[in-house]
Amino acid sequence: MLNALALLASYARASFKGQLAYPGSTILLGLGQFLTNIIDVLAIWLLYDRFGAVKGWAIGEIALFFGLVNISFTIADFISRGFDVFGTDFVRTGAFDRILLRPRSATLQLIGYEFRLTRFGRLLQGIVLIVIATTTLPLHWTAQNIALAAWTVSGAVALFFGLLVLQAVLAFWTVESLEAVNALTYGGIQAAQYPMSLYPDWFRDFLTYVVPLACVAYFPVLVILGRPDPAGAPGWLLPLTPAAGFAFLAASFVAWRVGVGKYTSTGS
Amino acid sequence: MPQILVQDLAKTYRVAERDPGVLGALRGLMRPRWRTVDALQGVSFSLERGELLGFIGPNGAGKSTTIKILSGILRPDGGRVEVDGLVPWRDRVRHVGRIGVVFGQRTQLWWDLPVADGFDLLRDIYRVDPIRYRKTRDELVAMLRLEKLLDQPVRQLSLGQRMRAEIAAAMLHEPAILFLDEPTIGLDAPSKLAVREFVKRLNRETGVTVLLTTHDMHDIEALAERVIVIGHGRVLADSPFEALRANVLAERRLFVDFAGDAPDLALPGVTVRSREGRSLELAFDPRAIGAPALIAAITAGHAVEDIHVEQPAIEEVIARFYDLHGAAEA
Repeated sequence: MLNALALLASYARASFKGQLAYPGSTILLGLGQFLTNIIDVLAIWLLYDRFGAVKGWAIGEIALFFGLVNISFTIADFISRGFDVFGTDFVRTGAFDRILLRPRSATLQLIGYEFRLTRFGRLLQGIVLIVIATTTLPLHWTAQNIALAAWTVSGAVALFFGLLVLQAVLAFWTVESLEAVNALTYGGIQAAQYPMSLYPDWFRDFLTYVVPLACVAYFPVLVILGRPDPAGAPGWLLPLTPAAGFAFLAASFVAWRVGVGKYTSTGS
Repeated sequence: MPQILVQDLAKTYRVAERDPGVLGALRGLMRPRWRTVDALQGVSFSLERGELLGFIGPNGAGKSTTIKILSGILRPDGGRVEVDGLVPWRDRVRHVGRIGVVFGQRTQLWWDLPVADGFDLLRDIYRVDPIRYRKTRDELVAMLRLEKLLDQPVRQLSLGQRMRAEIAAAMLHEPAILFLDEPTIGLDAPSKLAVREFVKRLNRETGVTVLLTTHDMHDIEALAERVIVIGHGRVLADSPFEALRANVLAERRLFVDFAGDAPDLALPGVTVRSREGRSLELAFDPRAIGAPALIAAITAGHAVEDIHVEQPAIEEVIARFYDLHGAAEA
């Protein structure tokens, strides 16, 4: 375990060094990301400016959902680049052979593949949103709420990471039509940024039981906001729901093992 | 006990026949049509520690499949492999820590990193003891003349420089076996010579077992004492190269420049391969007529300006061999 962390640190050093060879471009790309993401926020702010509240949700509450989901996704994205580009950069090119030729776990090597510093733009957006939420709402950042927020983020990171692993697993079967999966991943993340009560029941159920995005954002955030679930889930259950993110990640890795087994028996 | 033992290795691929486009891919997922390809049909050989073996064969003959199985990244459908007591695909992580693999077409270094940083990263990946690492690295850097390249990002290296760095990278963890897959592909002539020289020295000085595949017959001629020719998923020959040459294409060539126009020669066991003005190229079987006797016979009747004997080029030997076995490119 310690050994694995030491290796990740070496990978990170190497990755940063490579990116900082062109510091200007890294900073500009990061700022560009921040600006594109902040336009999303502006759009919502304009919406609220026009209509006041949407189905009983204040803008600060939406900002908290958005902020936590974006911070989680940034972290997941930061550590899963190797899985995100697995089909194009590893399966299609045969570079996965190289991974298998090294005496370390493939997961560890794919995490270490690249840590993109340009992702700070999205992180910045997330932080700005949390600040907006804190200043416009009567939010109390008690130790309990901070711990719950951290637990929520960790569950969400696990879930997003799991989604990217599943996307990589599909690449073992087809490197075509991966764009469709990408739309699912990113579309799901978009959907998770809004309160579930805005959605029809079937979609809410999908986001609760199939790809449990609601469990790693909506439900626990309700507790931080001091609101009961409008759909009537018991209050004690809400803070536990981020565990679903870890269950999803575990299931993704079961699929991953099947995929690797398929790869080593067909060689493609 | 040999270091590498391969017995009756068999591998069949199922290849999906797929129509182009997204619709084709979807149809392929729903109702796949399969075609089977027998990549290996009972390959057997063994290798002793410290040997240098050349592996040749046309594309699709089964070379890369064999290398992939031996290096642990592909599971065969049948047969047995043991490398230093390990079954490569079953004990993959332990096995790959003891081998080094260089693919001529792909890099194992990091494109944007200086060579030295890539080496350091490999030290951490392979968990090489730092003191031991420094010693091995310095030796390899000296042997492969990498001093001036260490600070350069890999993407700035020429192909020849990169290949030297790749070989060093594969040796940093002091593997017992080095697999080289087409190590000279695309290199210019001096780089090819350099790579051959290094491989030979590594094999001699470190005792590492080397198994290399190549299309370049000069690699084989310069490097391998022993050659395995593979075709249609079978071992067609396993012998020292000179023995292969003697069995397949024993004939020699005699090039003669006459003082006047080239005469019509009719000697038993000798055929005229080409005639151009005053020059003749003859082919003869040294078992039927020796070179001295042939030269004497020619110079006795004709004024000759120059004369020399050659062996057929290795490409010709191999091409003839494939013809004999019906193993030309599939």
